[in-house]
Amino acid sequence: MAHAGAALARGGYGDAVMTATSAVSTLDQVMERYEAVIGLEVHGQLLTQSKMFCGCSADYIGSPPNSNTCPVCLGLPGVLPVMNRVAVEYTVRSALALNCEIPEHSKFDRKNYFYPDLPKGYQISQWDMPLSLNGHLTFTVDGEEVRCGITRVHLEEDTGTLQHAGDILQQARSSVVDLNRAGVPLMEIVGEPDLRSPAQAREYLVRLRQILVYIGVNDGNLEQGSFRCDANISLRKRGETGLGVKVEVKNMNSFRAVHRALEFEIVRQGRLLDQGQTIAQETRGWVEAKGATISQRSKEYAHDYRYFPEPDLPPLHLSAEFVDRVRAALPELPQQLAERLQREHGLSAYDAATLTAEREDARAFEALVAAGVPAKVAANWLMGEVARLARETRTPLHGSGLGLEGLASLVKLVEAGTINGSTAKELLEELYLTGGDPAAVVKERGLGQVSDQAELERLVGAVMAENPAAVADFRGGKEQALQRLVGGVMKATRGRADAKVVTGLLRERLAP
Amino acid sequence: MSRGTVSELGARLRSGESTPAELAAQARSALVSLESLHPVLRYTDALTERQAGRAARMLAESPQQAGPLCGIPFAYKDVLCVEGVETSAGSKILQGFIPPYTGTALQRLLEAGAVPIAVTNCDEFAMGSSNENSAYGPVGNPWDASRVPGGSSGGSAAVVAAGAVPFSLGTDTGGSIRQPASFCGVAGFKPTYGRVSRYGLIAFASSLDQIGPFTRSVADAASVFTAIAGYDPRDSTSSPLPVEPVAEQLVRGIQGMRLGVPREYMAEGLEPGVLSAIHTAFAQLEKLGATLVEVSLPSTEAALSTYYIIAPAECSANLARMDGVRFGLHVDRKSLTDTYLETRGQGFGPEVKRRIMLGTYALSSGYYDAYYRQAQKVRTLIAEEFDRAFESVDALVCPTSPIVAFPKGDKSDPLSMYLCDVLTLPVNLAGLPGISIPCGLSEGLPVGLQVIGPRLKDARVLRVANAYEQATAWHTQAPPSPGAVTGTPS
Repeated sequence: MAHAGAALARGGYGDAVMTATSAVSTLDQVMERYEAVIGLEVHGQLLTQSKMFCGCSADYIGSPPNSNTCPVCLGLPGVLPVMNRVAVEYTVRSALALNCEIPEHSKFDRKNYFYPDLPKGYQISQWDMPLSLNGHLTFTVDGEEVRCGITRVHLEEDTGTLQHAGDILQQARSSVVDLNRAGVPLMEIVGEPDLRSPAQAREYLVRLRQILVYIGVNDGNLEQGSFRCDANISLRKRGETGLGVKVEVKNMNSFRAVHRALEFEIVRQGRLLDQGQTIAQETRGWVEAKGATISQRSKEYAHDYRYFPEPDLPPLHLSAEFVDRVRAALPELPQQLAERLQREHGLSAYDAATLTAEREDARAFEALVAAGVPAKVAANWLMGEVARLARETRTPLHGSGLGLEGLASLVKLVEAGTINGSTAKELLEELYLTGGDPAAVVKERGLGQVSDQAELERLVGAVMAENPAAVADFRGGKEQALQRLVGGVMKATRGRADAKVVTGLLRERLAP
Repeated sequence: MSRGTVSELGARLRSGESTPAELAAQARSALVSLESLHPVLRYTDALTERQAGRAARMLAESPQQAGPLCGIPFAYKDVLCVEGVETSAGSKILQGFIPPYTGTALQRLLEAGAVPIAVTNCDEFAMGSSNENSAYGPVGNPWDASRVPGGSSGGSAAVVAAGAVPFSLGTDTGGSIRQPASFCGVAGFKPTYGRVSRYGLIAFASSLDQIGPFTRSVADAASVFTAIAGYDPRDSTSSPLPVEPVAEQLVRGIQGMRLGVPREYMAEGLEPGVLSAIHTAFAQLEKLGATLVEVSLPSTEAALSTYYIIAPAECSANLARMDGVRFGLHVDRKSLTDTYLETRGQGFGPEVKRRIMLGTYALSSGYYDAYYRQAQKVRTLIAEEFDRAFESVDALVCPTSPIVAFPKGDKSDPLSMYLCDVLTLPVNLAGLPGISIPCGLSEGLPVGLQVIGPRLKDARVLRVANAYEQATAWHTQAPPSPGAVTGTPS
């Protein structure tokens, strides 16, 4: 289940690091003989205002250590937990988005273990009666539809965080505890072992994260750990149906890390199996810097968490009305939205998928279309220049100075022929962060496209006169010489001419 | 010499005969004079002064509106948290722990103007039936200092029995209010589970713990109960139902009531003196117009083992937070594991360790079904048997304890100690209200009569007890030589 004692690393790197020189199987070779069986456990912090059992803020990032705490989340003697109803609602919302059943009765349990980041010495979690069961998530990888079962989605509390003077607790000279995060509502999504490759695992996570962000329950931040993933992986010979010994892999804080860690495990386990060895059932940690997993805890040291019903919280009863209300309020999910965009706006599957990756992009797309921009044009802007700027400036469109309205106004100036594409790109780049009304800037700087026919003809004549060689080349049959002349006119207008119109005029004038 | 009750002291305050500060000072010196019995762990002096001032203002502003507890001195058990006052749960591991918050029951008493004087000794983490498990030493019974006052709320029972304060708060997980009340000859009331908020009570067994008062009259118990009872949003197990008004029910008498006597509670093991006092009490109840009928609670014999699985299981988790990381004792060792082991090894006493180990074992993988799950099933059965009994009777009456106060050191093996609570702990398992009131003496030591009611029928339990008390004089009996100057001179 959660993450207990992840830092209680056991053993060294010994068995884990493989030398590049060993003459053994590659990933592809292993995958030919073995099938990987992968199941993922995802923990997502819920975007509630307060923590799960007290009134402290659930937004703990950046607070001075231990300032975002109270007697309840510090686990002082005598305090009691009070359930955050919104956390329950968000978990139910997530479970419904993942096609889960919501049993009428569920309860909370204590999961007992000692660790300094766990103030009460037990975590309030859910054991045998979780909030939801039996869901699934469907997605496509390499044209193949994958359906991954969701065993359960349940609710628990997050722990505090530790900092060690040293790499791991055992070797640390000292450790400090910060309980700002302790008690933040944490949803655990347990997936069935239905995934068969690192690519499928990665896509499952991408889709899952997308859904949680869409429905507003999680911010999807892997780096800061508000969306975390553990993986269980085993191998079996192709054609076999039994399950091999599974290894749990932790400490992966990016999609890429998950992909790499699983690839590493497949190779590691495959080689061991090839040598006739057995796989040890254990927990291994991904070490990004080494590109390897290392053994942390073997099964013989596995915790006995001694789950029992939490006596401080009455069992939870969720009425059918409550569940129906949450279901009715579910926003459009990414897959539904992508299908609708294809249907309503004739987008390709690829464009629709790209535009719905982030809810804000899809919102921007629909707003541009509503403002009168043709769908394909809107898609191209968002997926092209805007996406590039968002990436480079690390600022999404809705957070930029220009904003959605500014972008709409800019694109409409192009569509109306007021400015050309290259002017628009320059303006976009300039105004993206600073903001400003594109129409006003165009007017103020005279960036409007030169559409005066007489003026263009005069310029065409002048450029032809200045470039007799190009004129001669074109007339001699060198088609590309035309581009030099078009470029000359564009330069003369500082890019404000419509290149198509200029080309037409030149062809007319150059015609024999 | 007056052993002033809450209502008597209240009258004195209203008439202007005494001030809260005077009563507080008298109570404090009375407690100090009890030192040889060791019922007090510490005094709340700064808070006492503040509260006495607050009570005086409340009385001055509106003597009629000030409630019955305004200006009344009291003591509370060392497991209840009050901001700024050390609470150690009778344990070395919490020595020096000063809660930064005030629990709900205490908060309500403070708002009612009651004046805390002292924190009372108790068994470590409320685990025990004799107060001999306190890390700070045992408590003597005011009736005979060589005997135990009962436990775990021994100190709270002793200070009321000795007449130093008119009321105190204790907690009852398996009998920890009723049994010491019985041993010390005072009233001790355990309300329905969920009726008084547990917020601020250092948990022993969360599904069993309940806060309640020790007093020298049932009417006083009703007053304190009224002040502390009621829904608390900070305790999710507290009942949202309104508290039945107690005062008017209290005086209705028991004419026509059917009172059940559980056959299993009158079985062998009762001391002859206890048995005879109880039979006399039963006759008195009949004289007051009640009909006594025998009822059966067949699962009673399983209650003890059920209790000693559930309570230790919960305590094994509840006491895990005592890890030396954030508060209390910290024994510094090189590794985390050694720090845990040494802190908890040195901080907890043998009985606490025994129960943590029992509970850990009962919850362990492979044993859970055989112990914890089975115990929960039996617990349900026990509760259902009580429910069935209450279909034909209004309340149950029986002894509180099979024995009277025993000499210190007399019960050195845990099982014989555990057997002390055999008549009280089924009530906790079922979450029912129960009270112990004095009903006689056996060899010069108090005997307690227990009244048990259906869930949330706290007022009915108090009514039966009050009817009995009004017809008898046992509650006015003071310890012959309490080893103390008691109460206030009159």
